[in-house]
Amino acid sequence: MKDKVSEIVKKYNKDKSQLVSILQDIQAEYNYLPREALNKLSKKLDIPQSQIYSMATFFRAFSLKPRGKHIINVCLGTACHVRGGELIAESLERQLNVKRGGTTADGKFTLESVNCMGCCATGPVVKIDEEYFGHMTNDKVEPMLKKY
Amino acid sequence: MPSKLKSPKALEALQKKLGKVADAGKVSISVCNGTACRPYGSNPVVEAFKTEIEKRGVADKIDFRITGCHGFCERGPVALIQPGNIFYQKIQVDDIPEIVEKTLLNRIVIERLLFKNDSVGNIQAQVDIPFYKKQQRIILGNNVKIDPTSIEDYIAIGGYSALSKSLFELKPEQIIDMVKASGLRGRGGGGFPTGAKWESCRNAHGDIKYVIVNADEGDPGAYANEGLLSGNPHSVLEGLIIGAYAIGAHQGYIYVRNEYPLALKNITIAMQQAEKLGLLGKDILGSGFDFNVRINRGGGAFVCGESTALMASLEGKPGEPRAKYIHTVEKGLWERPSDLNNVETWANIPLIINNGPEWFSAIGSSGNTGTKIFSLTGKVNNTGLVEVPLGIKLRDIIFDIGGGIRDGKKFKAVQTGGPSGGCLPESMLDLPVNFDELTKAGSMMGSGGMIVMDEDNCMVDVARYFLTFLEEESCGKCVPCREGIKRMRQILNDICDGKGQESDIDLLKELGAHLQDSALCALGSSAPNPVLTTINYFHDEYMAHIRDKKCPAGVCKALIHFYIKDNCPGCGLCVKACPTNAITFVEKRKPVILDQSKCIKCRTCYDICKMGAVGIE
Ligand SMILES: Cc1cc2nc3c(=O)[nH]c(=O)nc-3n(C[C@H](O)[C@H](O)[C@H](O)COP(=O)(O)O)c2cc1C
Ligand code: FES
Ligand code: FES
Repeated sequence: MKDKVSEIVKKYNKDKSQLVSILQDIQAEYNYLPREALNKLSKKLDIPQSQIYSMATFFRAFSLKPRGKHIINVCLGTACHVRGGELIAESLERQLNVKRGGTTADGKFTLESVNCMGCCATGPVVKIDEEYFGHMTNDKVEPMLKKY
Repeated sequence: MPSKLKSPKALEALQKKLGKVADAGKVSISVCNGTACRPYGSNPVVEAFKTEIEKRGVADKIDFRITGCHGFCERGPVALIQPGNIFYQKIQVDDIPEIVEKTLLNRIVIERLLFKNDSVGNIQAQVDIPFYKKQQRIILGNNVKIDPTSIEDYIAIGGYSALSKSLFELKPEQIIDMVKASGLRGRGGGGFPTGAKWESCRNAHGDIKYVIVNADEGDPGAYANEGLLSGNPHSVLEGLIIGAYAIGAHQGYIYVRNEYPLALKNITIAMQQAEKLGLLGKDILGSGFDFNVRINRGGGAFVCGESTALMASLEGKPGEPRAKYIHTVEKGLWERPSDLNNVETWANIPLIINNGPEWFSAIGSSGNTGTKIFSLTGKVNNTGLVEVPLGIKLRDIIFDIGGGIRDGKKFKAVQTGGPSGGCLPESMLDLPVNFDELTKAGSMMGSGGMIVMDEDNCMVDVARYFLTFLEEESCGKCVPCREGIKRMRQILNDICDGKGQESDIDLLKELGAHLQDSALCALGSSAPNPVLTTINYFHDEYMAHIRDKKCPAGVCKALIHFYIKDNCPGCGLCVKACPTNAITFVEKRKPVILDQSKCIKCRTCYDICKMGAVGIE
């Protein structure tokens, strides 16, 4: 863990103003922001932990809890909402038996909601890892999950 | 990659060389792999094209190009073939051998893949398709001509010549005068005159200044900036460098929304390429002008699109806005003069420099010049990115370009301006779309979201939706926003749950007025707009919820129930689909039975029934 954080900090020349990008890289590495990594980061950048946590909790992109193997993003942007995005989100919650932000007991999926992913024309949209699923309906949810 | 360009002449020479290759008369195909085509499977389509072309060994005969958004995302994956301007839509992997064999190698059009229209039949040329006809695609039109990851493509269509002209033929003041004369107003929402903003920043005290691209596109349901930044990143970059030179900045920032991986990737590549060619960095084109750019990713916070919050975020702080007694053009990022403009604003700059301000101001209407890109979504037939001259009527966009409402339903409202905007009813369809008229109507231009709603959308639910969003996104720094939005949302929740009172309407208006007057930034002060416009234009719908405890659109769960109609043939499709086993099969040709106590109103049966035998009341 030590080396990864050091590497990332080095990549940004210890530039404190790049904290968001640094946190994003750390999250990309570990899938979430582990406490030890943030401790380490605080020392490396010489900024208080409180400042790091204030950033990590301000932005919804960050997670302080470990996340599942696959990240499901269900879009709740307006264009998806008017086409029933909320119902798709509820359907996912039911089938995965988790609430938004939660991770399934087997650690396979984390369900997250986003506000628009830039493909509104095809709403309602769900994204699993890098793959997009458009024009979602309730009955497409199960077959979609089965692919993983 | 060509070598570093050290003079305007070198750029011109490269342009000529690349232009010749492009004009060689080869058949060309541009296949869209923009973000909105991906859910339709454009990735495998693009791969299949590559494989097929390679397999047949015809790479030297075909000019194959992977591009960003062509606009007509509804019909994705799409492709444009030249010569002939042939527009293919809904392309699937299986179609590809045939496209290569017939159309690309033998110039035979495949009718099946053309756009079809009930009234006119098959349409071959892109320009003749109603979706494109009333558009004026001065910015987005280039998307089909370039691979966004190829600076050569951009240079071949005349890219960076506006930069060269600016650096070698124009003084900074002249550029600012041109931008002022063009009448360009900021495309980020407020519509502030761009030239005036640049001038204030140029004249502000201090040696170090910054220019910034706002690519945060926080409006949840708009992707106009995404389509532009991922489809033609160099046009934004070129505009930014010109702006930096005019303002006197040597450092720039591009703040990209976290949820836009493709835009982020393409602008990063564009920057690296421009650096390699000497169009960015030290001594640009040998002019002596230095300019560097840094790309920052957002963290998924709406408020970070606001100028002061964005700058705080660039400094590595939480994105909280500050009061703007002192403008950011005087004290912005790191307390230094900073100019922030929207992606689309920047992309207009090279056009103004190349074609002149008169050309630009002849488009649109006086006071609202140029074009605007809208992301047309929701319940229209033709969703996608449309670019229209300012001043066009809402009706033209929704019914001519958008092709009217899906499934023969009735138009109900159009939402513009995102969470800061409002919902406009049918009676406003002849409103000219420009900054001032939209604001007068209680809505806003915003960054270009245009979401169409039909009779199945509940306006109270939409108002609640926006306030729920804003409540979550409020940074919490000022009380009116933090508490006011919450209270308004709670009242709307009550109304949707059938617990509303008639006095709630006045209370919402009163709270809204307080927010407008006292919130620290425009997130709070514009938050009441979705509520106030819906109360204003859809008062009856509020009253139906409050007085009759009914949701006429059939959306608010507490006020509706599902039932099985007599025409149910008992096919059993819904019985299998129901997640709570609330529906029981009786026998064939007899209606199924729905147990209300088990029904969770998830709408699965309603969507799945092919007979329309499920009703909502
Ligand atoms: C809450 C809030 C969110 C905003 N989001 C954006 C945005 O996503 N993109 C944008 O260009 N401007 C956004 N703005 C407007 C910016 O503050 C700023 O006015 C704009 O970027 C200036 O660029 P322009 O002059 O080119 O329009 C937002 C404003 C507020 C109050
Ligand atoms: S609103 Fe869902 S992708 Fe834009
Ligand atoms: S993303 Fe392909 S047409 Fe818009």
